[in-house]
Amino acid sequence: MSVSRVMTGNLVVALAVTQVKPDVAVVYPIIPTTAIVEEIAASVADGSLFTEILNMESDGNAMSACLGAALAGGRVFTVASSQALLAMHEFLFTASSLRLPVVAAVVNRALPSPLAMGADHADAMTVRESGWVQMFCEDPQEAYDTVIQAFRIAEHGDIRAPVMVGMDAFFTSHTFENVLVEEAEDVEEFVGPCGAGSSVLDTETPRTVGSFSGSDYYFEHKVNQFQALDQARKIIKEVGKEFGDRFGRYYGCFEAYKLEDADFALLLMGSCAGAAKEWIDTQRSNGGKVGLLKLRLMRPFPHLEIKEALTGLKAVAVLDRAYFPGTPGGPLFAEIRSALYDTQERPVILPYVYGLGGRDIQDRHFDQALADMMQGHEKAGQTTCPVQFLNVRE
Amino acid sequence: MSLKKWHELEPGGVNLEAGSAVKNFTGVLRRGFKPVFTPEHCINCFFCWVFCPENAIIIGYEKVVGINYDYCKGCGICENECPVQKKPLPLVMVEEEMELW
Repeated sequence: MSVSRVMTGNLVVALAVTQVKPDVAVVYPIIPTTAIVEEIAASVADGSLFTEILNMESDGNAMSACLGAALAGGRVFTVASSQALLAMHEFLFTASSLRLPVVAAVVNRALPSPLAMGADHADAMTVRESGWVQMFCEDPQEAYDTVIQAFRIAEHGDIRAPVMVGMDAFFTSHTFENVLVEEAEDVEEFVGPCGAGSSVLDTETPRTVGSFSGSDYYFEHKVNQFQALDQARKIIKEVGKEFGDRFGRYYGCFEAYKLEDADFALLLMGSCAGAAKEWIDTQRSNGGKVGLLKLRLMRPFPHLEIKEALTGLKAVAVLDRAYFPGTPGGPLFAEIRSALYDTQERPVILPYVYGLGGRDIQDRHFDQALADMMQGHEKAGQTTCPVQFLNVRE
Repeated sequence: MSLKKWHELEPGGVNLEAGSAVKNFTGVLRRGFKPVFTPEHCINCFFCWVFCPENAIIIGYEKVVGINYDYCKGCGICENECPVQKKPLPLVMVEEEMELW
């Protein structure tokens, strides 16, 4: 039975974790993840949660401790954000390569410098090639549901990959919203016992972990990992459907909003999707054929599913909340354009960057993107489409 | 020795086979020089055996017997650590014809 509560993204993530009951929570909190850790620690302190909390002395050590706990067969949770995620960089790759089911809640925040607190996907995007499953959430409800699913996905025998659940700093992590939360027993039953399977502490089958590999074996080990993550898309969709069958809220690789008969579409991730849906409703009431594709799964990238969803559109505006200097567009733009390259009738794809460092986005910016899309459609094949920064003072 | 395919490997690069490093013949790393051992000149102090990074010094009963060239990578540490000063020396590095790739 679902119960409606008014909670922030941080509070619901902490609630999901206390319901999933990990063996170990490794913490080196950084704003804006602090409240997650505080809530978990409070549950441990009042005796309602038997999770070992490890207070570490650096972010890199926090991820290293996750490796150790997961190698021992534990269910492991940690938090990260901004430069904390970058400080974990090396160990993120080790976690995915050793196939350890660590779940990390990453509250996406801007990277320095200048030091900033606002929402920005640059932190997670810099580690998108680390072999982790990456999911981005729109609101606290989605964050709650996705953290619960994340443990199932990470510990699935065919995947065994660490999972990063992203939500936008402050917009999602600190905003109180209505959230439907489930009974702890139901969540526990859905997630099941820790399925990590293997443990270095298993003396019946002793093993060597993290050993050296020469050029005669390294490539095969990596292909083994690549293939598993490629298969993960299917399982992520299955888990999303099973979650829906049980709790009534269905999830897939992305959410298509009024996309079926649309001519023009926005494509984005995270908290901005709410504003985009409002704008689309307004456009629709005026007869505009616009839709939205809200991407949820960044890694493994659902290129085939996206290709299918965007075929037949006239133009797509890809809105990135991250941008790296010296690139033709944001990381999402590069993926989308690559995914659509071999379609017969390719929509015009335009690159936009918005909301860096927590800057807001308004209807007039969506209007601007729509005007460009309509123009771009007429001039298809002629536009060089340089990246455009929305809501920046010029 | 046939090498395994990617789908035959344990996930995460886990190695379930104890002592599998024996299959890694580090002798192929030797480039140009190899140690040559003469038992008559050896004082059997076992320094070479202690310092050899590849366990390539073969030991008999209270005696150094020889060198296992399957694993000796020709680093020369044994020659360096050998305390015998007076010639003829028990351990000397001699030039070896290089196997070209």
